[in-house]
Formats: sequence, structure tokens, C-alpha cells
Amino acid sequence: MIPEIGQFALVLAALLMVVQGTLPLVGASKGISAWMTLSRRTAQGAFFFLALALGCLIYSFIVNDFSVLNVANNSNTKLPVIYRIAASWGSHEGSILMWVFMLGLWSCAVSIFSKHLPEEMTARVLGVMGLVTTGLLFFLLLTSNPFDRIFPVPLEGRDLNPLLQDIGMILHPPMLYMGYVGFSVAFAFAIAALLGGRLDATWARWSRPWTTLAWCFLTVGILIGSWWAYYELGWGGWWFWDPVENASLMPWLVGTALIHSLAVTEKRGTFKVWTVLLAICTFSLSLLGTFLVRSGVLTSVHAFATDPQRGMFILTFLALVIGGSLALFAFRAPKVGTAGTFKIISRESALLANNVLLTVACGTVLLGTLYPLFLDALKLGKISVGPPYFEAVFVPLMAPLVFLMGVGAVARWKESTLPDLWARLRWAAVITLVAAVALPFILGRTSPTSVALLALGFAMAFWIVTASLAGFFDRVKHVEGGFREKLARQPRSFWGMFAAHIGVAVFIIGVTVVKGFEAERDVRMMPGDTVSVGGYTFRFESIEDRSGPNYHATRGTFELSKDGKAIRKLYPEKRVYFAHGMPMTEAAIDSGFFGDRYVSLGEPINDGKQSWSARVYHKPFVTWIWYGSLLMTLGGLLAISDRRYRVSARRETAKPSLSPLEPAKLEKA
Amino acid sequence: MKKKLLLLIPLLVFFVLAGFFVAGLGLNPREIPSPLIGKPAPAFLLPDLNAPEKMVTEKDFLGQVWLLNVWASWCVSCKTEHPSLAELARTNEVSIVGMLYRDKPENGSEWLRQHGDPYTASIADANGSVGIDFGVIGTPETFLIDKQGIIRYKQTGPINEEVLNKKIIPMIKELKQQ
Repeated sequence: MIPEIGQFALVLAALLMVVQGTLPLVGASKGISAWMTLSRRTAQGAFFFLALALGCLIYSFIVNDFSVLNVANNSNTKLPVIYRIAASWGSHEGSILMWVFMLGLWSCAVSIFSKHLPEEMTARVLGVMGLVTTGLLFFLLLTSNPFDRIFPVPLEGRDLNPLLQDIGMILHPPMLYMGYVGFSVAFAFAIAALLGGRLDATWARWSRPWTTLAWCFLTVGILIGSWWAYYELGWGGWWFWDPVENASLMPWLVGTALIHSLAVTEKRGTFKVWTVLLAICTFSLSLLGTFLVRSGVLTSVHAFATDPQRGMFILTFLALVIGGSLALFAFRAPKVGTAGTFKIISRESALLANNVLLTVACGTVLLGTLYPLFLDALKLGKISVGPPYFEAVFVPLMAPLVFLMGVGAVARWKESTLPDLWARLRWAAVITLVAAVALPFILGRTSPTSVALLALGFAMAFWIVTASLAGFFDRVKHVEGGFREKLARQPRSFWGMFAAHIGVAVFIIGVTVVKGFEAERDVRMMPGDTVSVGGYTFRFESIEDRSGPNYHATRGTFELSKDGKAIRKLYPEKRVYFAHGMPMTEAAIDSGFFGDRYVSLGEPINDGKQSWSARVYHKPFVTWIWYGSLLMTLGGLLAISDRRYRVSARRETAKPSLSPLEPAKLEKA
Repeated sequence: MKKKLLLLIPLLVFFVLAGFFVAGLGLNPREIPSPLIGKPAPAFLLPDLNAPEKMVTEKDFLGQVWLLNVWASWCVSCKTEHPSLAELARTNEVSIVGMLYRDKPENGSEWLRQHGDPYTASIADANGSVGIDFGVIGTPETFLIDKQGIIRYKQTGPINEEVLNKKIIPMIKELKQQ
């Protein structure tokens, strides 16, 4: 009964979305007010039904309803409840339902928080989102119904893939999808602007918070994914350039360019064509990511549910959405026109150059990800592209990007001069240079490649920090009052930028130090043995058997100590899950502010002495990779909370006729 | 006019990509029927990974049923496959020959040292030339070869529990009896 309610709710949501994708758009172009207002109701109604459908699926998982194929394939009576809930989005069908549910959530949010927008704009934005949702709902209902039944009903389910039985599975997909799907709002705003011919600073101000919020979710989603791979896969890496990871990195790169481009459109009224194109590309890449993962055109460790039939459906959908919007862009963008001029040395130039660099970086990732497919399709053989390619092309692009990040933070809008820039940045440059040259030697590295890599990493990180500080002092110089007042006068959007940029520096330090100084040892140990790595000592104390809810484990006890002082016990495990019979390594990590100590059990060695192979790591500063990403997210959230979005929202409700660009705002930021 | 044409570029790029995707859907990267099945394994002469001065050839394995597993230290899926191979190795049912593909031998040895070595013998195909003879399209790939040196089965992508128990182990048992 419950699964049928879920299915019925999906059908109702699909019908509402058909209405939302048509009438409000027609209403907006013909000026029929009643049709336009419809969009809010349908968005909220559809969200209700989508939430109901997701609720029904989760319920089926919780009560172990194995008559539902999806539940039988991905759950088990012994699976803990929390993972049964997470299993709801562990399968292909469930993850698409999650996708559509998120889309419904964002549409619903737009319908609630768009009171200050002109009716026509809201109708178009929701209409475009309605069309996208319709397509995905039909995909769900026609090719990937999560509520399909099976008969005879199996007594026991096949259990969730053990790799997915982790806290990461509970958090990572929802966050990532919120990010992917959230870019649909920016996309819908861009299409609405092209349809309505209205593309100005106010338009940019409306779409900015939505875009930044989606970007924050995507950042957190990628961060959790990376952290999850780091501790769960048990081999200590944090990024593998896997096609599915690349699929999430591409929208992030272009999305980063988009939030910067939107800033320029809002503040200077320029870059409009760029902004619209980036908005379309960001969401297109999110859709493309879904296609790549779900269709099976590329193989990857992540692609656990692939099917060419579904691939054809998504591809057709992609062709309509992306092809349609790019065609619209090609024909309508000339009407949008460009306004505002700027000189070659200016903040605009720095931002433009960085947008180009980010887009090129995304292009190289796309090329690397699809290259095997291209060669295959052209019958030139099959290859796979690995990390060496990505590292070789990606890092050189990041160096100028970071350099311009520093310049952009202090350069003036419209026109700057080189002597002026030099005056503002000379201290930053000197400190950066000294730190980059001195630090590798202070830290005891002498081999040329190692020094060069460390110097490059430190230079990038120090440059961001010092240039950001230079920009900061530049700003507060002209503010009157004491230092506290000076700080308080800065808008949140400034702090947002500051935090996010420092986050990039923290991230770079993490990557640089962990690459340069990580140490690992692979040893055979029996109880009582010790092994030292990076100044820490691991003592293998004992090994015992332990039973989990749906697995059997062998658990080792290790004592971690430094300079003879015990720090804590670590319990790495080797688990065998009943349903899959697949051995899994659960590493034990002592995580601290300055890095991780990591131990994982290998295989038992048959020598009659309870010997085991074990691997221990010292990963200094690896945690900074995640702290940096968190700081970037925090920066995004701070920027969204800036006063001017709330103020302008209020003012625009009071006075529906909009002035295109207010000069007072130009100066602020 | 020139500007209008520029604005068409994104659309054109997308069309090209979409064309490749349509083509890509027709290809299945996982299931490529190997023309080598039923044919003798291609001849090779490769250095032993653990003792580079020693050369290994396919003739060394004549008279026994063996698996040739193509892998690399940069290959993520190989790590996924590793526990299944280790399990198979523990049964001592079959010789497993690991061929390190397009990788530096020292990286390979290091990887085996870290994760455990399931192989009866290891060979290094550093430039991938033998891989080409075997029609290797990506790692991991596994070939099951019988006593006469004929390829009987090919697994593209990682071997998992299911493939191992339903396909590979029954085939090994059958081939051993011949």
C-alpha cells in the first residue's frame, strides 16, 4: 500500500510539474497574471508530493518491505536503521528520486523567498525549473521506478554495499545533490533573463544568494566525499581523479567562476553574457555529471548502477535542456548587450582572467574524463587517463589563478595602474617570496624537486593570505574610528570573500604539506611489537574478535604514543559483512589539528604467532584540506547573509518599479 | 555578425559532445567481447617484477590452468578487486600471474608490499606493448588460460565475489579436469 502511495504521489507531482513548466511561461510572455501566479502553488504542491514519495520509499526501507525491488536489492533486516534510511538513496532509482526531491525543494524555496521579485520573473524562473523537473520525473517514472514490486517476495534483502555503510553515505549524497540541483536556480534565472530580455544588476543581485548557496552545498558535498574516500577506502588518498569525482569537480569549477562573474555583473553591470553562459554551463555540467554516472558511458568505481537505456533517456533530456538553452543563448544574448568598460589593469580584468582560467581548468578535466570515450568512439583504441595527466595540467593552471586572486583582491574597479598595485602588494610579495624560499629548507628538505614543489605550494598559500590582508588593510584605512569599529564597518560580503580566500590558502597548505611530508610504513607485527613513523609510535597490543550488527570483525588494539607518552588507543578493524562476504578494512585514525595518525590492518600472516600485516601513516596537515574547504563554505554563507540582500529585498517590495543600478551600491564593495 | 557567430560556439561544442555521447552509449566499456577467447594467449617475454634479470614467457605456464591479471598501481578499481584476488590466492586453486601494466616497476612492487601480493608470479609490462597484444583496454582485466595456453575467459573490470564464485572458480575446476 505505502509504495503505491509513493508511486501515486510521483505521478501527481509529475502532472503538477507539467502545468508549472507550461502555463506560467506562456502567462509571462502573454501577460496573463493568473497563469503566472499559478507557478507558486504548483511548486509548493509538487514539493509536498515529492516529499511524500521520498517518505514512502524511506518507510519501505525502514520496515524491510522486500516486495519492493529497490529495497530487496539494497537493504537487509540486519542493516542498522540509519543505513536503511541512507540506502533509500544508495541505489540508482533512489538517488534520482533524491535528485528530483531536491529540485522540488529548491523550487519550493524560490516560490517562498521570491515575494520581492516581479511576478513575471518568478513565473519564468519557476517555469524553467518546472520543465527540468518534468523531464527528470518522467525519467524516474518511465525508466527507474523506485517503487517497482517483485513477486515472489524474497525473505531477505541483498544488503547495502558495505562501502556505503558509513556516515559518509548519510551526508555526502544529499549535500552533493543539493549543490548540483541548486545550480538549477541560477540556470532558471539565466534562462528567465534571456526570455524576458532583462539582465541587469538587480537580476544579478537576485540570483547571487541562490547561486552561492548551491555552491556552498556542492563544496561541502565534495569535501565530505573526499574525507569519506580518505578514511573508508583505507588507502590514505583524498582525491583520485575518478570520473565521478571529476563530474562533481567540473560544476564546482565553473560554479566558482559563476559566483565571481555574478559579483561583477551586480557591482559593475558588466560581464552579463559571460554570467549567463556560466550559469547555463554550471547546471549543464551538473546534469552531465548525472548522465556520466548513470549511463555507463564511462566506467568508474562509483558507477554501481549503469544502464544504456537510461543513458539514452538522459541524453535526450540533456540535448533538450542544454542544447535548447545554448541555442536560446546564441540568439538572445546579443540583445543583452555589454555595458561598462574597463582597462586592462583593473579588478574586472583579474576576475575575467580567473574566470577564463577556471573554465579552462574545467575544460581540461572534462577532456581528461571524456578522452577515453572520444578515442573509443573514433575507433582509435581504448585507453584510460590517470592522475598523472590531471596533475600535469591542473596544477600549472592553479598557479596563475592564485596569483590573480591576490591581485584581484586589491585592484581597483575599472582602472588600476601597475605602480599602484605594486605599492599595495609589495609587502605581500616580499613575505611570500621569503616564506617560499625559506620554509622548505627550515623544514629540512634539500632535494630540488621536493623543494620546488614545496616552494610553489607555500608561495601560493602565502600569497593569498598576504594579498588578502593587504586588501583588508587597504579597505579599513579609510574607515574612521578605532580598529574594532573599522572591523565592524566591513560588510559581511567582504568577510565572506576574505574567509573563502583564506580557505583556499589553508587548503593549499594542507595539500602541500601532506604531499611533501607524509610518511608511511608497512610492517608485519605481532602483539607487543612497535612501529614508529613521523615521530609517533604505534604499539600493537592485542587482537580480538568482535561482532557487529551485520558483520563479523577482527579488531586490533594499538596504542599511539609520542616521546614515550601515551596519547590514545586506536582500534582498526577488518570486517566481513554477512550478506556480501566481502572483507572491508576500517582504518583507525587519530585526527588532530595538525594532521592525522592512521593505522589499518592488512592480512593475518600464517606463522602461528598472531602476526598481522599493518600499515601506519603520519599525514601532517591533511586535515587542513578539509578545514580549508569548510572555510570556503563559511565564506559563501557569510556572503549570503550580507545585509544588502535583505535590505534590497525589503525595498523592492515597497517599490516594485526597479531602478537598474544604484550608484551608491557600486562603491560599496 | 562576427559576435553572433561567437555566441554560437557553446552550442556547437555541445553538439559535438552530444555526438560522442550517442556513440558512447552504443559502446559498452565493461563488456567487450574479446576476439582472443578460444585462441592461444599471445606470446610474450617480460621481466619478472621481483627479479628484473629473470625473463618470463607464456610457455612457463604450459600444462597448468592460470589467470593473467592485468593491473597497475594507479588503478583505483584494482584496489577494489584486490581482496577477491587475495581470497582466490589463498585457495591455492590456480596460479595467478600479475601483469603490471603501463606502470613503473618500483610503483608496482611498492603497491604489492603495501596491500599484499596475491600473485604466484609477477611480470612488468612497463610500456604496455604486451597489453596491446592481449587487447587490454583498461585495468583491471583478467584472462583465464588453460593447460594448452588457450584463453578461455576474459573479465573486463574488477573481479568480485559473484564473478569469482559463479564464473571463474567453476571454470577453473572444469579446465583442471581436462
